[in-house]
Amino acid sequence: LVFTEEDKYGLYSNLLFKYFLAEGIVCGHDLFVASAKEHPDNILKELPAPLLDDAYGKELGDEAAAAKSEDFQDSMKIAWRYQNLPKMETSPTTYTKFGHYYDLSKKMSPELCQSVKWHSFYLHEELSSEPTMKTCNMNSSYTRLLQSIQRIISQEGFDGSDPQKKQRNVLRIGIQSLGSILWGDDICCSDTPEDIHSLTKFLYVLRGLLRKSLSACIITVPAHLIQNKAIMERVTNLSDMVVGLESFIGSERETNPLYKDYHGLVHVHQIPRLNSLICDVSDTKDLAFRLKRKLFTIERLHLPPDLSDTVSRASKQDLAESAKLLSSGCGAMAIGKKHLDF
Amino acid sequence: QGRFTLLRDTRTDGSFLVHHFLSFYLRAGCKVCFVALLQSFSHYSIVAQKLGVSLAAAKERGQLVFLEGLKSCLDLLFGEEEQPGQPSPLGFLSGSSSDLRALFDFVRLSLTPADGDSWKGPVLLVDDLSVLLSLGASPVAVLDFIHYCRVSVCYQLKGNIVVLVHSNEDSEDEENELIVNSLCHHSNLILWAEGLATGFCKDVHGQIKIIKRLSLQQAGEQDVVQIYQYKIQDRNVAFFARGLSAAVL
Repeated sequence: LVFTEEDKYGLYSNLLFKYFLAEGIVCGHDLFVASAKEHPDNILKELPAPLLDDAYGKELGDEAAAAKSEDFQDSMKIAWRYQNLPKMETSPTTYTKFGHYYDLSKKMSPELCQSVKWHSFYLHEELSSEPTMKTCNMNSSYTRLLQSIQRIISQEGFDGSDPQKKQRNVLRIGIQSLGSILWGDDICCSDTPEDIHSLTKFLYVLRGLLRKSLSACIITVPAHLIQNKAIMERVTNLSDMVVGLESFIGSERETNPLYKDYHGLVHVHQIPRLNSLICDVSDTKDLAFRLKRKLFTIERLHLPPDLSDTVSRASKQDLAESAKLLSSGCGAMAIGKKHLDF
Repeated sequence: QGRFTLLRDTRTDGSFLVHHFLSFYLRAGCKVCFVALLQSFSHYSIVAQKLGVSLAAAKERGQLVFLEGLKSCLDLLFGEEEQPGQPSPLGFLSGSSSDLRALFDFVRLSLTPADGDSWKGPVLLVDDLSVLLSLGASPVAVLDFIHYCRVSVCYQLKGNIVVLVHSNEDSEDEENELIVNSLCHHSNLILWAEGLATGFCKDVHGQIKIIKRLSLQQAGEQDVVQIYQYKIQDRNVAFFARGLSAAVL
């Protein structure tokens, strides 16, 4: 269960959402798209087209290879101690291929979209039908959504209930903007919402459904609107993976020279720890994303060298603030607001 | 015998402690009732296998009673009407009752020794209690449940209880903090797994504080606190004194 906290204007989280669905189509998985905002048909029309492997993969590989060969032979004169450290890889997946690449400037062809079976749930169309399952005091929109998901899972045999079906497939579920007012939940509007348990109950039941079947789910939530932080803590506990996107649009970071190459930060709050004592932790937790013309990349955030001639107070303070944010891990913020001097 | 152990985690995941206790008690030959609210049976089963215990076999010979919360919840919501004689342990979800009495009855029934049982001491293991709040139980109901379990398992049956809760500093989840604080006061032993205060580290996954609450047993005694750091590996966890991680030496 991948839980994504939306960025303020929802631009980038939408992108991640579309990537998830597009990957599903390319892999031949079945899709289930639920939304209260846009009709799922429209969402599906907007999916990015997959790039043919050879062309782009090679381009990416060339770029990286060029950068590597350039300074491979230079030995360091002053900072020679650093010579022995491995080269910092900004984009870790240059050589390993996992998944597919997509071209954001083109839309996916309708034939490709139609090649998989997909189910949709558009809240405003479903409001007329009455839920038949026990509601357990949950928001009725959520109840309907759960019922729909459960119906698809058992009808299409994703939970292994149909032994006749030889070919087992994966169901990719995408739910957009859960918890927003459009779903009838008021946790995004008020500090003391009427029913704080609806979302968490929904997530628990969804988790049960996902564990029982061959499915994966991505949910985007406008977390910046939820006033009651206790809910976010509980939600983090109930999800396998929690990723937050923070875009720089409209914030003072947009003009910060530190971040000039990037469009936003990626905060990984939690990674799945399934079927094992340990989880696969990467070396770094400072990730940023940028939207190039064709590609949305997530890279390690590294500070550009501080080459400013004039050292103005404001920018130094800013840099130190940002550097402090970088040095603390994502799940373990340094206690207290100690100002770290560099 | 008769001990209440609280597992607590902050800024990190303390579930490795749950896996440890599960395999520990099963290997010791105790009858275990495991209320697993957060993960599926196969998850625990796979990890237990790495630790050398087979959950399926334990279940078969009646040593382990496993309540899979996720599955039970689905059965409750999407299954047929419940039989009047067999209420679902998670009955509070459907709103029929606001307390956790059904869950307690389930626990008590599974741990009461039947004729012909030769297991040493019953054990109740809960992973994790904070989920009950997310499902709509009130903090008072959760505390009542724990209290009833203690009376029944620790005092009447002379067994042990191990419970996992999550907590965070600066947490805004007041209900959760209330439960955690209350349980801390009543525990004989607290194992507190914390993420490092200085941030994430590859070689030291966290530190564990072991608090033996001797002050409960005898007035005037101080609690004994020990702190170790740990690194979780594939099949076990390595503990070492603070600052003496293998990466540093």
